[in-house]
Amino acid sequence: MSLLKIEGITKSFGAVSVLHGVDLTVGAGEVVGLVGDNGAGKSSLMKIVTGMYTADSGSVTMDGEDIVSNTPGERRAKGIEMIYQDLALAKQQDVASNIFLGREPTRSILGMQFVDGKKMRDEAQAMIDRLGARLPAINRPVGSFSGGQQQSVAIARALTFNPRIVIMDEPTAALAVREVQGVLDLIRQLKREGIGVILISHRLNDVLSVTDRIVVLHQGRAAANLVTAESDMTAVVSAIVGGGDVAEAAAHELSAGGD
Amino acid sequence: MTNTKTVSAHPRQGIWGRLQSASIERLHIRLESLIVLLILCVAMTALSPYFLSVSNMLNILLATSTIGVLAIAATYVLSSGGLDLSLGSVMGLSGVVGAAFAVNLGAPTPIAVIATVGAGALAGAVNGLIITRAFVPAFIVTLGMLGIARGLALVISDGRVIYGLPKAMVYLGQGRPLGIPMPVLIFLATAFIMHIVLAFTKFGRHTLSIGDSENAARTAGINVSRHRFLLYTLSGGLAGLAGLLFSSRINSGDPTAGLTYELTAITAAIIGGTNLFGGRGSILGTMVGALIMGVLQNGLNLLAVQSYYQQMAIGSVLIIAVFIDQWQLRKESRV
Ligand SMILES: Nc1ncnc2c1ncn2[C@@H]1O[C@H](COP(=O)(O)OP(=O)(O)O)[C@@H](O)[C@H]1O
Ligand SMILES: [Mg+2]
Repeated sequence: MSLLKIEGITKSFGAVSVLHGVDLTVGAGEVVGLVGDNGAGKSSLMKIVTGMYTADSGSVTMDGEDIVSNTPGERRAKGIEMIYQDLALAKQQDVASNIFLGREPTRSILGMQFVDGKKMRDEAQAMIDRLGARLPAINRPVGSFSGGQQQSVAIARALTFNPRIVIMDEPTAALAVREVQGVLDLIRQLKREGIGVILISHRLNDVLSVTDRIVVLHQGRAAANLVTAESDMTAVVSAIVGGGDVAEAAAHELSAGGD
Repeated sequence: MTNTKTVSAHPRQGIWGRLQSASIERLHIRLESLIVLLILCVAMTALSPYFLSVSNMLNILLATSTIGVLAIAATYVLSSGGLDLSLGSVMGLSGVVGAAFAVNLGAPTPIAVIATVGAGALAGAVNGLIITRAFVPAFIVTLGMLGIARGLALVISDGRVIYGLPKAMVYLGQGRPLGIPMPVLIFLATAFIMHIVLAFTKFGRHTLSIGDSENAARTAGINVSRHRFLLYTLSGGLAGLAGLLFSSRINSGDPTAGLTYELTAITAAIIGGTNLFGGRGSILGTMVGALIMGVLQNGLNLLAVQSYYQQMAIGSVLIIAVFIDQWQLRKESRV
């Protein structure tokens, strides 16, 4: 049974209609690529899943349970995590504050609940180490880090609370080659642990190498739902641009390699 | 608004830089403001032998207590990325409401005290509701409340001072257990609690994070509009407490009390290290800021400088403090 199920999602921003009935499912341990042109609505669809946006119609279920009426916090508690394209970090706060934002561990002193700073720092450090990320110091504001380092903090934030679905919106956009491989390895690891992953990326080679299925958004619809093993660059590019002669576009993507 | 939230890309270097970092990280106080306070005190000691006396120190604390409580409110709201311009007016309104309860209605002191603080909290809640539900910018809402609360204070009091509070209420302003003025004790206790809350509880951390990035807070599942509503209510409640301290000290509800106090309170918060655009703030820092304002005012009084000039001094300090802040950020982000 699929873990996360999205059905018939529609969404308009004012007069601009972005999604016209999108379906998508993710199972446990399944990695689904979500691709499409800029402005196709990928980020919007995922924000509807996390509760940041409200869909005009359609349903989102987790384990068969409707979560549309849940707040973003409740959805996180159900195990839906997202690494946002803009990372959504609080730049003046340190690493631990960001990782635990909204879910700070507390300690009771004289009956009052205080944030357990030491526990936060220790666990944040352990998570950063597990990810093999290199940060200058854990007690520095994350705004002082490089793009890749900030990305690591955002990833750590998504993984600290045993997620069941991890949505990654362009997680490799700001990364160097070595770091990109790190993220792809991480996705494979999540898959082994039975976590469902949705990967949004423009790097089609990465998407082809790491996913089980690829959903293509085109003109507000899921224009294609491809099994990665039975698919190739040409098929994906064709679906993204909406059919027609795509040999040239596909060749360009291939020659661009892993840019 | 460029460079508003820039974070230095490098740990601060050199002895001065390390002292700066240590002061902020360990004491939650900006080193510059501590030094300014020290210099002010040294200068005042040189200028007036009376300055360092215990009674003058208590005087300064007493004079700082009202502004100090307002500055705590300003710190919470500013560090959450908000703004409350209605602090002084709400303080005036609260004092009048409390006096009206006590004098005109003959309410017992506990009721009058609750009415004073409650009136402030209510005005703050109205601010919060309009800001978070009707999406009117905080600048406009609290500027409007500045006018509304002041006008309401004048309406309730019929433009006159409501004189003659009950004894128990006056004790809150004039009592001196162990020789220490009650307002000073209340102010210090409030600052202590509010410091703990801002620095060590979820509520405090969420306040700073919302001010840092509302989007980050929202994606983390924090109910941002509820939090902002609570912050404005808290701010109003603290303005009510300031109103209580003031009215009980002067034994009356004065509808003009707290005029332009928001200027001093916001200045104190900012020279104490609160980020004008949110994300950073500490009550200990604000205490130092409030003391700087208090010593400055006390000094100008001792030197018999006309109060007109004092207003000008406070306004200048505000602009200079923000200028130095922005200038430093600009310099650091250029490294
Ligand atoms: N909060 C918003 N308000 C108005 N329009 C939006 C908002 N978020 C996204 N859009 C619009 O929705 C469309 C899809 O955007 P997005 O979901 O970011 O696409 P993608 O992630 O596929 O590039 C774009 O036209 C974008 O301008
Ligand atoms: Mg996007």
